Amino acid sequence: MAQIEIENLHFTYAGTQSPSLQEINLTIEKGDFIILTGPSGCGKTTLCRCLNGLIPNFYNGDFEGTIEILGMDTSNRPISELARRVGFVFQNPENQLFSLSVERDIAFGPENLGLQREEIKKRVEWALRVTGTEHLRDYAPYELSGGQQQRVAIASVLAMRPEIIVLDEPTSFLDPKASNDLLMTISKLNDKLGITIILVEHRLDLASKYAKRVLIMNEGRILLDGPPTKVYNEDVYLIGVGIPKVSLLFHLLRKDGIEIKKIPVDTSEAVQFLERRMK
Amino acid sequence: MIKIENLYFTYPNGKKILHGIDWEIEEGEFIAIMGENGGGKTTLVKHLNGLLKPTHGKVLIDGIDTKKSSVASLSKKVGLVFQNPEHQLFCETAEDEVLFSLKNFGFNEKIAEKRTKKILEILNLTRYYNASPFMLSGGEKKRLALASVLAWDPKYIILDEPTIGQDHDQKSKLGNFIKQLNSQGKTVIIVTHDVEFVAETKPKIVLLSRGNIIATGSCTDILTDKKILDEASLLMPQISILINMLPNLRVEQKIVDVFAAKKILEKFLR
Repeated sequence: MAQIEIENLHFTYAGTQSPSLQEINLTIEKGDFIILTGPSGCGKTTLCRCLNGLIPNFYNGDFEGTIEILGMDTSNRPISELARRVGFVFQNPENQLFSLSVERDIAFGPENLGLQREEIKKRVEWALRVTGTEHLRDYAPYELSGGQQQRVAIASVLAMRPEIIVLDEPTSFLDPKASNDLLMTISKLNDKLGITIILVEHRLDLASKYAKRVLIMNEGRILLDGPPTKVYNEDVYLIGVGIPKVSLLFHLLRKDGIEIKKIPVDTSEAVQFLERRMK
Repeated sequence: MIKIENLYFTYPNGKKILHGIDWEIEEGEFIAIMGENGGGKTTLVKHLNGLLKPTHGKVLIDGIDTKKSSVASLSKKVGLVFQNPEHQLFCETAEDEVLFSLKNFGFNEKIAEKRTKKILEILNLTRYYNASPFMLSGGEKKRLALASVLAWDPKYIILDEPTIGQDHDQKSKLGNFIKQLNSQGKTVIIVTHDVEFVAETKPKIVLLSRGNIIATGSCTDILTDKKILDEASLLMPQISILINMLPNLRVEQKIVDVFAAKKILEKFLR
């Protein structure tokens, strides 16, 4: 079932000359795990703003086309209605957390949905458990490490029981271990709970193995759309997309005349390829 | 030279961050301070321009004790670019942002304007000359913060997490730019956990974990040492992992970057 359906979308911010999004046609199914990437300024963040209705409801500009999310046309629905069903996690968790305790931060969303006390409690417990933050419940968010904060930000979004979660470079402030742990948690939300994930990332080395689909944007358009194996097989590194280093290595080998049909997307695929060739 | 002697630092809330750091930074070095979140990296570099003063021990910048000098006078020698550019940008336009420090350091107007133009050009920000810094993307804000520090030409340049929010192209440009600054004799210190960036630019590495320096060494030595990386919550570069997974290749060198790996694999695949 398609959850997101975007047809012929064009958008130009008020006061700017060139369009930020052009001819976007995109269908996203329930349970998809999408990495959205491309050079800075390519329109990733603008596209994300379309997914929670901030465009066209909050940001002014020239808007053309239709966006249907979970059966709602975003141009005539309030942002608040979309917000409960499409969760957002930002790059810097400090922009999102504000309470004096983790528990209160997570409860804030459900409280604002006007839910019963018992239901709120249930959701908070569940969100703490799923994100592995139970031991942090009484801490103030500012006392936590970056990785812990980002987990709490996800928990607070999760407590709204969204069907889709959009994460805008959630690992950029984290050290590699914490990034990896966070990506595993995100993958679990997708795997176990069937939540559709849209992950904006520059660093594809760690995230690629979890994605079912990679979208590459350039100059406001979707340039490529497909499973990682297919997308990384193209010469996308030429437009400045940071494909995994292993994929880049095989692209460079191919460029020098070595025959490589399918570019590996991670180390285990690369090892398989090399072992076959060296026999 | 920057000399750090037995540096301890405890925040006013009692949180102990640095535990007896001894370290000397020679002029012209290119160093990456790496380690886990909360390990003390940012706290350490804030001591280098006097923003923080040691609880115990000493920090000497070219022989000047930071406790006996002001941040303003130390800053002229040591330029620090913060992790979060919003902590440092406040003017109406990108041009004013860069001009601000130059005027405060007493540069005459003509030179200040010339320098501003040049540095915005180098960092690919010319089109934002008259734009508000807050209109810029995260990556662009970081470059503007860098521009405003580089403009006054400090001897020591410290960049706290310079690659956050930068795409692949900007990152490699930034890497080249840093190496260029270093080859012109600047001492450059970056704080980062971007192992792939470090693997490409190859600074000397200082590993910080729980407020102590746990290792120092060349980029290739440290980034291929799994045990020590584990201790600092870092992962090996993807290329090093790949080479480790291929014991049959009998690779004796330590490999961290794509180009070195390509040379090795070419031999086997031709």
